[in-house]
Amino acid sequence: MAREAMEYDVVIVGAGPAGLTTAIKLKQLNPDLNICILEKGSEVGAHILSGNVFETRALDELLPMWEKEGAPIKIKVSKEKFLFLGKNKSFSWPTWLLPPVQKNHKNYIISLANLCRWLAEQAEKLGVEIFPGFPASEVLYNENGSIKGVATLDMGLDKNGNKKDTYQEGMELHAKVTVFAEGCRGHLGKEIIKRYNLDNGKNPQQYGIGFKEIWEVNENQHKEGMVMHTTGWPLDKKTYGGSFVYHAEKKQIYIGYVIGLDYKNPYLSPFDEFQRFKTHPEIRKILEGGKRIAFGARALIEGGIQSLPKMYMPGGLLIGCDAGTLNMPKIKGSHTAMKSGIIAAETIFESIKNKTDLSIYEKKFRQSWAYKELYEARNVKPSFSWGLILGIIFTGLDQILFRGKLPFTLKHKHADHKSLEFANKVKKIEYPKPDGKLTFDKTSSVFLTGTNHAENQPVHLKLKDPNLPINYTLKEYDEPAQRYCPVGVYEVQEERFVINSQNCIHCKTCDIKEPSQNITWVTPEGGGGPKYGNM
Amino acid sequence: MKILVAVKRVIDYNVQIRVKEDGSGVNTDNVKMSTNPPDDNAIEEAVKLKEAGKVKEIVAVTVGEEKAQETVRKALAVGADRGIHVKADSYIEPLGIAKILKKVVEKEKPDLVFLGKQAIDDDCNQTGQMLAAILNWPQGTFTSKVNLKEKTLEIVREIDEGLETLEINLPAVVTCDLRLNEPRFASLPNIMKAKKKPIDQMIAKDLGVDITNRIQQLKVEEPPKRKGGIKVSSVAELVSKLKNEAKVI
Repeated sequence: MAREAMEYDVVIVGAGPAGLTTAIKLKQLNPDLNICILEKGSEVGAHILSGNVFETRALDELLPMWEKEGAPIKIKVSKEKFLFLGKNKSFSWPTWLLPPVQKNHKNYIISLANLCRWLAEQAEKLGVEIFPGFPASEVLYNENGSIKGVATLDMGLDKNGNKKDTYQEGMELHAKVTVFAEGCRGHLGKEIIKRYNLDNGKNPQQYGIGFKEIWEVNENQHKEGMVMHTTGWPLDKKTYGGSFVYHAEKKQIYIGYVIGLDYKNPYLSPFDEFQRFKTHPEIRKILEGGKRIAFGARALIEGGIQSLPKMYMPGGLLIGCDAGTLNMPKIKGSHTAMKSGIIAAETIFESIKNKTDLSIYEKKFRQSWAYKELYEARNVKPSFSWGLILGIIFTGLDQILFRGKLPFTLKHKHADHKSLEFANKVKKIEYPKPDGKLTFDKTSSVFLTGTNHAENQPVHLKLKDPNLPINYTLKEYDEPAQRYCPVGVYEVQEERFVINSQNCIHCKTCDIKEPSQNITWVTPEGGGGPKYGNM
Repeated sequence: MKILVAVKRVIDYNVQIRVKEDGSGVNTDNVKMSTNPPDDNAIEEAVKLKEAGKVKEIVAVTVGEEKAQETVRKALAVGADRGIHVKADSYIEPLGIAKILKKVVEKEKPDLVFLGKQAIDDDCNQTGQMLAAILNWPQGTFTSKVNLKEKTLEIVREIDEGLETLEINLPAVVTCDLRLNEPRFASLPNIMKAKKKPIDQMIAKDLGVDITNRIQQLKVEEPPKRKGGIKVSSVAELVSKLKNEAKVI
């Protein structure tokens, strides 16, 4: 029997900055369009995690009156610092010597989750229907191969896939255009990139894993509006990464760490690198006496323009970081994600009006400022594959002297899951034990995310080969899932590979980094996952 | 037959509670809110009775700030027919809530009032009992099973000694235990339909009841941090530690 279906003009998957922007812009262009947004989080913002120093350029275009309308964008960047960290030393890089992309004096320190909540209110006022707690779990195709829409997940299945008393069949949502805005490594995005060969001729996508904690600190350590970035210690010179420390409102500090997922040592634990980073004297002195009130982690895109797939297909668009519009040297993706949403809306509006296909998206995107800044930023990340020092020297030349206009484009050579070396070829890394004050273990951290998944449901982290973790990955790589997962979902217990899927915070790192691509992240039952507040 | 179901908006059970720095309460900024879990059981049971043809109308009521309406909306999405939102901008103690609910009962004249057995925020476990008392109605608390008969209600209660089966006369107040049922999911079409169902608004202070709080809250503190355990080498040492250090024997 066919599932129940609802018809819309436009269905958007994901209520993040890109998806919400698309919906708002579409309603501005044509209030009569029927638009719905599906969101897997239990409420808008629950799965949003970002630094975030926000550039308002796209928002100025979308809702120029945002300040008057009460957008949660209040703290202007007042001071900037960039530090190179050695183990106990630090060297402050003069801000006038920073490349222009890393200057933030016009930007704001915000909570992206709260901005999304506000954008959702604006969208609902315009008549957009938003359904939190309903993950889109399946792409539906027309007979001619175009995208017909998406289906929501069946609810109320037990762990073996049998129907419980509360079983409720998923629904089909059909649309003239379906917009995929799931964020980095969206699981439907991954499927359609493959199906339509959207990454044909592009470099393999590059990812990072980002951590964030929110701290309430002592008044005298807090300088509202202060933005600090660091690179160097505790990472070795071959591993790409760095930190952010943002002094937000209400004595809160947003502190985080990003590590490129192209790291080589399977013993590296991104979570523990972040914890260790906080023990540097420069960082310790800010946090000491304060209290950690939130924790989270999420994978992010680092590939830039070289890895950006084609963003349109018959009946569908792939936008924001579901495609990969983040500007890595700028360490910002919200503004480009929103711009890609504005362009998506303009494309859909024109295509419905003139009954044309969606290929105009490409041209519009190429002519936009978003493309221009991604183009100028393109050589920074790949240059760091030569190591930190050469990367910095090259980036200085490329970004300050040539402003991203060098007549060549460096390539990303390998996908991140191919970068790990065998465990017997590398040195084991010993991490210091957490002290429970400044540094923490994974258990107490996952507790702060509020994540939960209803018990007795199918495991949403699927293994292609259930024996591979023990027979191969454990032997060759000492099963790095135990370390790259930021919340300890994966454990090896007495030659058994255990998946604690209840703890998953939907960061997607396993789906990216597993050396044989053996783990696939699929959507769990609606409402599952973290309950982030002002992340 | 008509059932009135009371629902409350509380901090989601998955969220880690943070105490405000000044000790005046818990932090609700940027915190995910949900329906109090046993209230979901209360709604579910009412909907089941309606599906069984024993109940004609379900009215969901909440008392609270503007956003508490979301809780009523959710009840409407899983099967309640109408909603009532009694607006109140500040905290009201269980007795005040019971008095407000009594006013609603007098207006709506339901045969049954269902509530969650207690709310997970203040854990008072009083509202249902107080409502039954001031209405002078029979009450069935901690209910894990209901069997609605013509003029009476058979209930099974979860008590310390086991299960207690009672038969009470209607009209009655019933407070629901988590074991009563497994709440259903709201479906997309029902969420959309719920947006069109009516929610009547009332203002708490206009109802003519005394809702002044009688309890003065001195301070809210976090529970003390759990200390790590220790290993003892002998029974004698254990006994001595329990006696002298823990002072429990």
